[in-house]
Amino acid sequence: MTDLSWISSAISAARPQAMGALLRYFRDLDTAEEAFQDACLRALKNWPQNGPPRDPAAWLIFVGRNSGIDAVRKRAKQAPMPEEDQISDLEDAESDIAERLDGAHYRDDILRLLFICCHPDLPPTQQIAVALRIVSGITVKQIARAFLVGESAMEQRITRAKARIADAGVAFETPGAVERSERLAAVAAMVYLIFNEGYSTNSGEAPARAPLCEEAIRLARLLLRLFQTEPEIMGLTALLLLQHARAPARFDENGEIVLLDDQDRSLWSRKMIDEGLALVDKALRHQKPGPYQVQAAIAALHARAATPEDTDWTEIDLLYSLLERMQPSPVVTLNRAVAVAKVRGPEAALAMIEPLGERLSGYFHFFGLKGGLLMQLDRGEEARVAFDRAIALANTAAEAAHIRMHIDRLMRDGAVRPTVQKAN
Amino acid sequence: MLYAILCYASEDVVSSWSKAQDDEVMAKLLNVQEKYAKAGRLGPVARLLPTTAATTLRRVKGEAVVIDGPFAETKEQFLGFYTLECADLDEAVDFARELSEVNPSGGSYEIRPVSVFDPTRVLK
Repeated sequence: MTDLSWISSAISAARPQAMGALLRYFRDLDTAEEAFQDACLRALKNWPQNGPPRDPAAWLIFVGRNSGIDAVRKRAKQAPMPEEDQISDLEDAESDIAERLDGAHYRDDILRLLFICCHPDLPPTQQIAVALRIVSGITVKQIARAFLVGESAMEQRITRAKARIADAGVAFETPGAVERSERLAAVAAMVYLIFNEGYSTNSGEAPARAPLCEEAIRLARLLLRLFQTEPEIMGLTALLLLQHARAPARFDENGEIVLLDDQDRSLWSRKMIDEGLALVDKALRHQKPGPYQVQAAIAALHARAATPEDTDWTEIDLLYSLLERMQPSPVVTLNRAVAVAKVRGPEAALAMIEPLGERLSGYFHFFGLKGGLLMQLDRGEEARVAFDRAIALANTAAEAAHIRMHIDRLMRDGAVRPTVQKAN
Repeated sequence: MLYAILCYASEDVVSSWSKAQDDEVMAKLLNVQEKYAKAGRLGPVARLLPTTAATTLRRVKGEAVVIDGPFAETKEQFLGFYTLECADLDEAVDFARELSEVNPSGGSYEIRPVSVFDPTRVLK
């Protein structure tokens, strides 16, 4: 293991724990980051010669702590008149190293490190960017590429977000049970955001954004190792695995999106599906259902179906109705309507989505589904109106192309009068 | 004597490998197994899903209790195993050494003689 790429993956594995401990020790994000950075440089020099340490995180924490203390001392010397309390603070810091670096805190350390990124004042994209930078150690350049913005713009965004975090102040005491579970919920939501940022993507962007999905899965697994008995964290991890398992089948050779029904299921990652299904089984035994578990259970039913026809839509309908009660949202109802259409027919599904028209008036998928249902009911003209609206709202060329295919079929079947199609 | 070669390593480390890195390790490990398989000495081999997917059953006061994960909190986790027919311990150690040479996880291989082995039941 002298190869640099293996060393860097060992460092990134140790990063959340080491950064979390250094943050607790120095109580300042910038100092912790610099200390960690310095420890990494020493690791790159030391590990190839002496072999990797048995516990890379402990090594990085120890070396990082020393280098951070040196840096704080130097800064104190450069200051013309060091404040008395600053010096005594430092000595105090050294005296309780043992307490503050206690490895038993690592669970709360990592949770805290993730939690400071979820500050409610930060917009979701900034939360994600900061988490990827601080917790995952992904370079600003890579993050900028994933978000399709310039490197300096991303650098600025992260700097501003970090300043905000520093202003907000972080609680360093060991959290109580209620606070811990609140932190965990906020962090889980952020991990899901990271995944979605990578998942809801245009075809051309998929390669740049796929690493976000992988990083989200890595963070979810990390959370699950820290909180092994939390069914919602099992659900979250399962959900991400089951969705990402389909990644190899989601785009065709031209980079166009392939819908679930049309995907080549032999391309799905069996390994990820197995792990996801195992986690769903484990979570359900707890009988403490939550939104992530329900969504994972829905994804599991898709994963278990060898062909689209084998899908258990009745069960999916039930699960969506459960999700509607837990997390009422027009989008959840819309998703449920897809299952209802399969189980009880297009008429029932249409009746279900009609009341959503106002709230989803700007939502591509609403009009796509509405048009599809109307088409099944042989109401071609109305279907055409819905499809036209869908095309106008399409987020990607692939979405628009998919709807145009339906319109073409309508015209072929003579369901609508041909009209001159507007250029898009 | 049949030996079980048990692979222990840190899941944190192994799950941080990129897919390309993981594939590379698996290909090299498979390569090591090849000649033992050809000689008819290699028995079943398994790589296990992460311990987060594991469940443990134990009896507490006479009652079976199912809990999440493996029981012990340890730095290294049990990730998989090989079974190998060996004339002596040296041969088993050689096999484990070859595996360790291509495995950058920094983990260990526990070499355990097998007491009961039933190869008659084959999965379909």
